[in-house]
Amino acid sequence: MRRSSAHRVRLLVGRVLLLGGFFLVWHVLTQTGVLPRFFFGTPVTVLGNAARWFTSGKIYRHLGITLIETVLAFGLGTALGLVVGLWLALAPTASALLEPYIKAANAMPRVILAPIFAVWFGLGILSKVALGVTLVFFIVFFNVYQGVKEVSPVVLANARMLGASRRQLLRHVYLPSATSWVFSSLHTSVGMAFVGAVVGEYLGSSAGVGYLILQAEGAFDINTVFAGILVLTAFALLLDSIVTLLEQRLLRWRPAETITETR
Amino acid sequence: MSASEARAPALALERITCIFPATDRIAPPYTAVRELSLQVAPGEFVSIVGPTGCGKSTLLNVAAGLLAPSAGIVRVAGEPLRGLNRRAGYLFQAEALLPWRSARENVAAGLQFRGIERRHALQRADEWLGRVGLAGFGDHYPHQLSGGMRRRVALAQTLILDPAIVLMDEPFSALDVQTRQLMENELLDLWSADRKSVVFITHDLEEAISLSDRVVVLSAGPATRAIGEFVIGLARPRDVAEVRLTRGFLELHREIWELLKAEVLKGHAQIQRA
Repeated sequence: MRRSSAHRVRLLVGRVLLLGGFFLVWHVLTQTGVLPRFFFGTPVTVLGNAARWFTSGKIYRHLGITLIETVLAFGLGTALGLVVGLWLALAPTASALLEPYIKAANAMPRVILAPIFAVWFGLGILSKVALGVTLVFFIVFFNVYQGVKEVSPVVLANARMLGASRRQLLRHVYLPSATSWVFSSLHTSVGMAFVGAVVGEYLGSSAGVGYLILQAEGAFDINTVFAGILVLTAFALLLDSIVTLLEQRLLRWRPAETITETR
Repeated sequence: MSASEARAPALALERITCIFPATDRIAPPYTAVRELSLQVAPGEFVSIVGPTGCGKSTLLNVAAGLLAPSAGIVRVAGEPLRGLNRRAGYLFQAEALLPWRSARENVAAGLQFRGIERRHALQRADEWLGRVGLAGFGDHYPHQLSGGMRRRVALAQTLILDPAIVLMDEPFSALDVQTRQLMENELLDLWSADRKSVVFITHDLEEAISLSDRVVVLSAGPATRAIGEFVIGLARPRDVAEVRLTRGFLELHREIWELLKAEVLKGHAQIQRA
């Protein structure tokens, strides 16, 4: 046990050093003029800009909007994917009918829908949520579909012999099985919801972190662009760890190694 | 219960035939079972033995109503069976517990499906967990239990519903010898406390003789039939380990094995050819 905790500390120190080293190299290269400061910024200014956003409070409104868009896109996309996935997995005719169209919709690069959504829903929150939903929906949908198809036939037969009605099978067998598959996709889909929000903002908006980045880019303020990226990355990591916590709470019934596998 | 129902066998398979469509276009359809008849009296423990791949599980699925036979009738207490057999409990060969439910919730599942209130169902589940020797393990999930413990949970899950007929498909085949004999004795204890009709499928002849009132021998597949029936008159209560050393057991074993051996060799030859 002691050896493994010492190992963990060493690993952590190594990781921090790697990050520090990255910033140091960046700093040295831009200070000595090897990399032009105009295009690459300087880490001191980037960190300073990010810190100033938080101290002045300017960032909170934008960050709040981006997070609301992300959470809405994530929630709606997941709910929609769950419902449609369950339905199609249990209705073979409908699923056979829709299969080519679902494949086509999934293959299409959905970011190009952003301008259409902007026209339909305006430049506010809704158009970003719509973009995020189209990204999240398919990830969840395919996982739920798979989850229902992979329910063990013996477990299903057992539940039927124990007297489960069709609705009870849905509630007590299909849904829990699908949920475990959904959770293994949540890390990807929360990231995708974030992508939908930021890309949507970047393509046209009046608020949000993507909007801040767009503005800074318009003014050739590369340091602020980097600061925006830094803040986005930090919050993406935060969202991801919330999902991990949720997963550990809700999938207690799964053997530990399966959870680490799906991470 | 009417007089005729009381006299009717708990379960009767009448001239059951099961034909499965071919998996590819060239192969002919596969006849798993042909014109097989079997009767189980109320409270009787019947074992079915036969070589591997002879359609034993198919037969049990027909009795459970999970599989409709291509021809023939299943009667439950004299009534023709339509749909699932509501009077039967089924102990599957493979793992069939709901992995997302704890042991207690698994045992309570059937009661909850029948609309019994959750708190009450869990309470009865705890009683049953105690009865199969798993008191204190209610909060464990299936993956946290050993193979033998999972079997006990499955047994409690089936018996808590008090089915008139219990169908068992090689329930102990995945267990080690010691656990297995323990479970066999416990099964006999549970059964003798409250005699249900049992159809017990196994490929282990010793297990079949030591548990049953009657042993039915099936022929090698395809087109499996019943080729022999032996009444096991050994005294009860039995200890499955001790009864194997008695003279009566050895004689029955020799007699049935004589018949079974030829079928096992036939089945083996077919597997090798395939």
